[in-house]
Amino acid sequence: MTSQNLSTQLRALVVDDNILNRKIHERMLNGLGVECMVVANGKEAVDVHFYGQSFDLILMDKDMPIMNGIEATKELRSMGINSLIVGVSSRSMEAEIREFMEAGLNDYHVKPLTTHKLASIIHNINPNYATK
Amino acid sequence: MDKTRLQREAAFIRSSLLDQGYLDEQFIQLEELQDNDNPNFVEEVVTLFYTDSARLIYNIDQALLSNQSDFSKLDDYMHQFKGSCSSIGAKKVKNECTGFGEYCDAHNYDGCYRTFQQIKQEYITLKKKLETYFQLLRQAAQI
Repeated sequence: MTSQNLSTQLRALVVDDNILNRKIHERMLNGLGVECMVVANGKEAVDVHFYGQSFDLILMDKDMPIMNGIEATKELRSMGINSLIVGVSSRSMEAEIREFMEAGLNDYHVKPLTTHKLASIIHNINPNYATK
Repeated sequence: MDKTRLQREAAFIRSSLLDQGYLDEQFIQLEELQDNDNPNFVEEVVTLFYTDSARLIYNIDQALLSNQSDFSKLDDYMHQFKGSCSSIGAKKVKNECTGFGEYCDAHNYDGCYRTFQQIKQEYITLKKKLETYFQLLRQAAQI
């Protein structure tokens, strides 16, 4: 296991209304040495930032109740949040993906995510980050 | 029954589930997330799937039984359920969900109803097979 200096540990926010995806993505990120918080919708994602939390990576589901991924991404960008926001969804229609990207995503992946995909996303944040 | 035999039986069930298309690569992804700190991760996720999806199954059942079929609502419930199936690698169930979605798009109530009965059957079949699989693993671990 590679030990991480706490000051350089990456932090991720998983935003997904599906409890399975929250559990799986959290486990994947933890397995890659990334500290993780999970929330169940876009409004909670906005709220945690409003109350001062910051993250290196946000995994944003598209279809969620209360506030969806498009709305949340737009809101976070308007708040000046520059974190890497990666959209994830099982929807694959081009128009839907484009709308999500135009909300302010850095990248988009079709669900389910794999550890390999997440590792490459993390590598984009910090090529020198040593995953477990 | 000795440990080796139990493990062999569990491995046979696992291979069969993958070979026969009940499960896909995503299940293997979940297995790779298991380690000494998370030794039962796959069983936890599968248990969570069946607990959480019972709610969606009920919602779809109720929506189909109502006098006026709201295809938009049906599609939304099924999208959520299909997403969960995809997350645990429940390939056969997920594929049936795709068929349901097509009938929803066509506003074909009979097609939706028939397909949903098939979905429930595949869902229960997979549940029983996975219960047997995890039970064998637990028994082997206890020896």
